[in-house]
Amino acid sequence: MSALTELASSLAGGKIRVVDLTHTLSPGFPAIALPPEMGQAWPFRIEEVSRYDERGPAWYWNNFSCGEHTGTHFDAPVHWISGKDLPNNAVDSIAPERFIGPAFVIDCSKEAAQNADFLLTVDHLKAWEKKHGRISPRSWVLMRTDWYKKWRDPVAFQNYDEEGQHTPGPQVDAVKFLVEERDVLGFGTETIGTDAGQAYHLRPPYPCHYYMHGAGRYGLQCLANLDQLPPTGAVVVAAPLKIENGSGSPLRVLALVESK
Amino acid sequence: MTTPLERPRRKNPILRTRQPTAPPAVRSRVALGLTAAAARGVFELQVCRDCGATQYPPREACRACLSERLAWKPQDGLGQLVSETMLHHSYELFFRERLPWRLGMVRLDCGPVLIAHLHGDVAPAPTRVKVHACLDKAGQAALFAAPEKETPNMADDKQLREMTCDPKFRKVLVTDTKTALGQALVKSLVEAGADLVWAGHAEPWKKFAGFDELKKLPQVSLLPLDVTDSKNVRELAAEIGGRVDILINNAEHHRTYGIANRPGVETARAEMDVNYFGLLRLAQEFGPAMRSRGADGQSSAVAWVNILSIYALTNFPPHGTFSASKAAAHSLAQCLRAEMRPGGVRVLNVYPGPIDDEWNQTLLPPKLSPAALARAVTQALKQGVEDLYPGDVAQEWLARWRDNPKALEREISV
Repeated sequence: MSALTELASSLAGGKIRVVDLTHTLSPGFPAIALPPEMGQAWPFRIEEVSRYDERGPAWYWNNFSCGEHTGTHFDAPVHWISGKDLPNNAVDSIAPERFIGPAFVIDCSKEAAQNADFLLTVDHLKAWEKKHGRISPRSWVLMRTDWYKKWRDPVAFQNYDEEGQHTPGPQVDAVKFLVEERDVLGFGTETIGTDAGQAYHLRPPYPCHYYMHGAGRYGLQCLANLDQLPPTGAVVVAAPLKIENGSGSPLRVLALVESK
Repeated sequence: MTTPLERPRRKNPILRTRQPTAPPAVRSRVALGLTAAAARGVFELQVCRDCGATQYPPREACRACLSERLAWKPQDGLGQLVSETMLHHSYELFFRERLPWRLGMVRLDCGPVLIAHLHGDVAPAPTRVKVHACLDKAGQAALFAAPEKETPNMADDKQLREMTCDPKFRKVLVTDTKTALGQALVKSLVEAGADLVWAGHAEPWKKFAGFDELKKLPQVSLLPLDVTDSKNVRELAAEIGGRVDILINNAEHHRTYGIANRPGVETARAEMDVNYFGLLRLAQEFGPAMRSRGADGQSSAVAWVNILSIYALTNFPPHGTFSASKAAAHSLAQCLRAEMRPGGVRVLNVYPGPIDDEWNQTLLPPKLSPAALARAVTQALKQGVEDLYPGDVAQEWLARWRDNPKALEREISV
């Protein structure tokens, strides 16, 4: 049996499960917020074209609009200034084999529950590796926080106060470690950014964007259902829309998981 | 003395809602001069430039000297009630449904004799009265004679309340209460006796100053409302649309750019999406229910307020794309007015000059304080006008615009 035939039969037989890591695109889903004097990404919006009515008697369809960084979405290296001059740095030019890769899931749910500003450090990663094995090159590292469970409550999901947003993310040393010593494909989170809510105050600001994209790596954010993935062994399929010179895209992220 | 309005009893949900009817609406073009002034809350009559005679009803030529040189001039409306009558029968549906109706004949001090709707507090003729030009449910000027001096609960008069949009005991939706203006509007409406104020706020995760204070007011009900989200607007209208008596759309996106100093169209598009399409979305979803409730008892649906801008009349280039979006909204509001009028719902367009808010931070005074603007809006509802130019800047621009729009365009763009 060829590898692909085996994959297909495993999927059909339930030996491999597909876990949907994607939030539903809806107008109520929180959008990224920048200072109001800056340019803003569009939130997801949808307008009916027709619904079996005088606008189109036998068909229902919609027009939708959104920014490239809306809902569950992919960040390409060109998104950040550090990655602007790299080759193949946009969603249309990234080699398609990069869109499928193994996933290592770091469980930070307890820490995030205690501290919304929790930062994942290199020590945390090394301790994780001791338990689960070394993160292999060209893999997705996904930071599980269970933050996605707040999606029904936009106030809690965004978690703003007078000093801005409070959501967990990676510390500078962890990002550098993953890029330089583990050669990862990218970093994924359940929150609205791959960086922590307060990452503007880190050095450099937004280190995950800065180092990941500066090294040609990718980001996934607003992921869901990471609690359904094993720490190792899952394979993630995350292919963004092929937007010309696009900096990112909403996408359907799927994880293939072997049933025990 | 007028009996003060009492909080209306809850509507009996098994009875049919009466359909709105309107008083006769046909006017000659000349007579529309009276309406144009009444729309701003002013009583104007034609005065002859040659012989100085003041005349009513409006005509193409002077009744005294046949001169065509007639000018509309504001009047104080003071006069003598000569006689009065109580109408007990009418073929007009609107009056038939509201009988009895008090009418009087007034001789104005400036000369003309006219028939006017008569306030209940006016003493039997002969007596002194003050005549105002109100807008009636057909949106046309109607003359209304009231006591010369304010009487207790004057605004609660049954006939006068058919001409005004008084918020007392009415339910109001304010679309954006995150801003100082939105919050001032809520407070002003509550002070004016509004029964309930729905306070919309977009992007509920962005906490805003004044939220807790609003929440404390027992009449206020906070709810998420983003006028750029059709689904949100549609669902909210489905939920409360049949109860909204006054809708105040103050949702606004304001950035301070012309064409050359902001690359791209994103800012302009955001302004259009809130300022123009936001109004369109609200009008499509809330309009039908409000139109059908224009005669729904004492607290019928009565007014739709648009906070536009004096920049809708002529472009203010430093805020050029904002001006354009407000001009678009101004145009759409005229369409809305035409569509709401058969339902007896007045569209009040408000054209303020710069408001003293964060987006006008670098403009020099005079700037209109949010509280002053809110008071002006509430007052305009009580008065029943449909065009409001609040504050010194708006008044000055309006005067210059009415005098010579082309000259204003040049003056503003220097």
